[in-house]
Amino acid sequence: MANNIGMEVKIAPSRFRNPLSKYIIRRSPRCTKCGKCVEVCKFGVHQRSGVAFCRAQEHRCIGESCNACIEQCPEKALSLAVNPLTAVLGDYRWTSDLILSTWYQAETGKLPPVGLEYKVGNSGGGFDKLRFKFPKEKFNLKPEEISTCIPLNRKGDNAHQIEIGIPIYGGGMSFGSVSLSTMLGKAKTAKFWNTFTCTGEGGYPEVLNPYDNHVITQVATGLFGVREQTIQRVRIVEFKYAQGAKPGLGGHLLGDKNTPAVAAMREAVPGTSLFSPFPFHSVYSVEDHKKHVDWIKAINPAVLVSVKVSTPTDVDMVAIGSYYADAHIIHLDGSYGGTGAAPDIAKKNIAMPIEYAIPKVHRFLVAEGVRDKVTLMASGGIRTAHDVAKAIALGADGVIIGTAELVALECVRCANCESGRGCVRGIATTDPELSVMFDAEWAAQRISNLLTSWRNQLVEILQHLGMKSITELVGKTDCLYHIDYEEK
Amino acid sequence: MPEKYHIEVKPTSPRWTPVGKISAIEKDGCFGCARCAKKSCVYDIYRNRKFDSKQMCDTIDYLCKMCFRCVQECKGRILSRAVNPEFLQLGDQYWKPNIIATIWYQAETGKIPVSGAGYRGPFSGPGFDSMWTDMSEIVRPTRDGIHGREYISTSIDLGRKLVRLEFAKDNSLISMPPPILDIPMPIIFNPFPWGKINKNVRLALTNAGFSLGIPMIIESEEYFDELRPYDSIIMPQFTPKSFETHKNILKRVRLCEFIYEDSIMNYVSKAKEINPQVIVSIRVKLNKEAEVVAQQLTQEGAEIIHLYADYQGKEYEEASPRFIKDAIRKVHLRLVEMQMRDEVTIIASGGIGLAEHLAKIIICGADGAGIDLPLLIALECRLCKRCTNNLSCPVEMENIDTKWATQRMINLIGAWHSQLIEVMGAMGIREARRLRGEVGRAMFFEDVEKETFGQLFGGRQKDGK
Ligand code: SF4
Ligand code: SF4
Ligand code: SF4
Ligand code: SF4
Repeated sequence: MANNIGMEVKIAPSRFRNPLSKYIIRRSPRCTKCGKCVEVCKFGVHQRSGVAFCRAQEHRCIGESCNACIEQCPEKALSLAVNPLTAVLGDYRWTSDLILSTWYQAETGKLPPVGLEYKVGNSGGGFDKLRFKFPKEKFNLKPEEISTCIPLNRKGDNAHQIEIGIPIYGGGMSFGSVSLSTMLGKAKTAKFWNTFTCTGEGGYPEVLNPYDNHVITQVATGLFGVREQTIQRVRIVEFKYAQGAKPGLGGHLLGDKNTPAVAAMREAVPGTSLFSPFPFHSVYSVEDHKKHVDWIKAINPAVLVSVKVSTPTDVDMVAIGSYYADAHIIHLDGSYGGTGAAPDIAKKNIAMPIEYAIPKVHRFLVAEGVRDKVTLMASGGIRTAHDVAKAIALGADGVIIGTAELVALECVRCANCESGRGCVRGIATTDPELSVMFDAEWAAQRISNLLTSWRNQLVEILQHLGMKSITELVGKTDCLYHIDYEEK
Repeated sequence: MPEKYHIEVKPTSPRWTPVGKISAIEKDGCFGCARCAKKSCVYDIYRNRKFDSKQMCDTIDYLCKMCFRCVQECKGRILSRAVNPEFLQLGDQYWKPNIIATIWYQAETGKIPVSGAGYRGPFSGPGFDSMWTDMSEIVRPTRDGIHGREYISTSIDLGRKLVRLEFAKDNSLISMPPPILDIPMPIIFNPFPWGKINKNVRLALTNAGFSLGIPMIIESEEYFDELRPYDSIIMPQFTPKSFETHKNILKRVRLCEFIYEDSIMNYVSKAKEINPQVIVSIRVKLNKEAEVVAQQLTQEGAEIIHLYADYQGKEYEEASPRFIKDAIRKVHLRLVEMQMRDEVTIIASGGIGLAEHLAKIIICGADGAGIDLPLLIALECRLCKRCTNNLSCPVEMENIDTKWATQRMINLIGAWHSQLIEVMGAMGIREARRLRGEVGRAMFFEDVEKETFGQLFGGRQKDGK
């Protein structure tokens, strides 16, 4: 089945009239409209409409490494420069290159031609300092022979035996924090890729019914929208004990975002701010957690249980405790991700980056002899296909993404999601006007295109490593090196 | 439950348009569209736009929320954004533009900075950025149990504590407990490293300190009579010389500070002769000797030791100076080892610029921190240091209104207070007193890196700073 998953790639162009580009091209009045530029550009940057020129499609330009039109214009009428906008787009983790290259992949399903970094950001640590070390040897592995599937139930009990087509599923974003189109787009993608998406804490909108087999329902501290039916409908239930971006703090939906539709779903009063308390006031120990699990299993005996925790110093103890309390999936959420609103002081400060938590937990589970009985999923700062592969090489079975999906939907990471009417780009909002800026089809196509490109990159990495399955990569830290370290 | 500490924050607009992070670019070629992209800015940035002719800046640079919709929707493609070089020039290596902008925001709103879309900064960094605080988890519920945030206390004690109490045969107490002052935030106001403090600013500082219950250090020569009503929070600072001329202030205050030199304890005794209830702090330069000095002073009965680093948090007189958090940790551990840490109060100052720094320096072993520059920045200081050369101040510090300035400082401390509660709540710590030295609630970059990547990848070439 390995390769006929996913949605067929179709071009899903930007919703906006002017795509943002890394380079800008200026055409001076010296231009005689001879058409040389149209002829030499391999990327379709210059196009004619009749005698006149269309505006340069600058976002397709690959910059100085090509320079063909600039050099070959007989009148020297063209000039190229890095767009000053790139200096204000993005941040250390999501550089403007990463945003633009993610957009490119979401639009075309392909890697951008040269000119854009698509593997690492500029955070100065963790994934951004790790690289793959490929053996010189060439392995004759065809892409078709390589599997990216991973099983989610490694316990071997009577619960669902689930295998997902890619080692990736979508993270919890509640209805209320994101728009219905975003949620639905994620669910459609999940179905095509035979993987999952998560409701987040905020209820399970009816429109998701056709996707029940690909939805994880979340039980979090506010118990917003949690009902017996929502637990019976799905194959995986996730307990959210904490989230990496604000461990020790509960969720918070600002009053403005609590529209009548959201409030109905959450059985709350519209316009009021909704707080999810922290922590679960019924869980103070692994034993208490076990009771929660038993409660879920009584309602839905075949369900897989995922436990989402953040990453404190003793995250390894947390993981093993969750395992013994019957979790199938341990979901580690590192500190540097998250899509929801959180105090800056919390986002920056109160947990361990996922790059440390993964090897720590992996090692501990191996030492306890239970590593092959549990699925370890990582999230919190997975931005690229290379991050996925690195997380797996560090010891995770797979990853969960959130921000990357939003970026695929043209999020610019302006961080205004929490304020006022929510995201003005229509992603993280339930505002009646803003939330209809795109439909679920477009969203699904964009996210799916991104996953196509990611899967191709994963396959390529496995080809280089001579591995037939992504499961062989788990914990293979010797495939990695750190650019700040001497070779061991 | 004691009366709740409440800080009354009020939105207080800046007097000057703050330096914006970006510059708006607008090229020629506007089509004059009926549905102009500018009109559809959800934040109405263009509609509310003003040109500040005095500062020669466009308010859009400050107000624009960078959603890029207008850039992407303008039919003429004439709108764009670029960095504002002026913003990048704010402050210095340590006091980065973002710290300054954060302080401005807090002084204006009194609110905790909140944002969406995850963390945007570097993986780790020098100084306080190489340390993470840690929170509670399911298998390890909070250390103090779960409390509503209204039960979290940020107060600390200033002064010396007895190791044990001694009783006479008839059970009456022989030991004389030394004076102790309970302050509601683990903060004292430290003198500004620079900046001309005129009377209005001084009065604002005093007012803010008074209404917040935060002590304010003031050089004894600068004390003036209008400050009298606020004596309860005033902490005059003496050198042996100024002591002789100004020692009369001592009769009225609860706290004072001496600048350390050899046999300074003699002066402490002299101060106690004038006012036995006064609690004396000794201001010690943070350098290589600080540990020894701190130990000695503690043995000799010091009540408060105030260790000060330079304004960027670096220790003095060293070629490769340690950062304040590391130096304070050493002092703290030394006193713990000598089993006398609990007898003395330690205040650390220098480089405390964000609420997280306050939490972190306490975790590293200080009881509280002295803050200075953030208060000046709350008054819109841009750290240009022109005043140090007697040049004009771009934000006219000299024309500041006392009431406005007081509220700006109260807002800043209000925002810090909420943030401190936020992190303490997340860490499961109920009292700032118990946060002190609680490195179990912290992770240090060097340690975690070594423990995980070190094991995997061998020796580290660069120190990652
Ligand atoms: S508000 Fe900004 S950061 Fe948030 S989802 Fe929208 S574009 Fe992304
Ligand atoms: S959309 Fe652009 S071109 Fe049209 S009127 Fe507005 S600024 Fe001018
Ligand atoms: S970038 Fe967004 S916030 Fe800024 S002016 Fe344009 S539309 Fe308004
Ligand atoms: S803005 Fe400049 S001149 Fe004014 S107080 Fe601050 S450093 Fe001094």
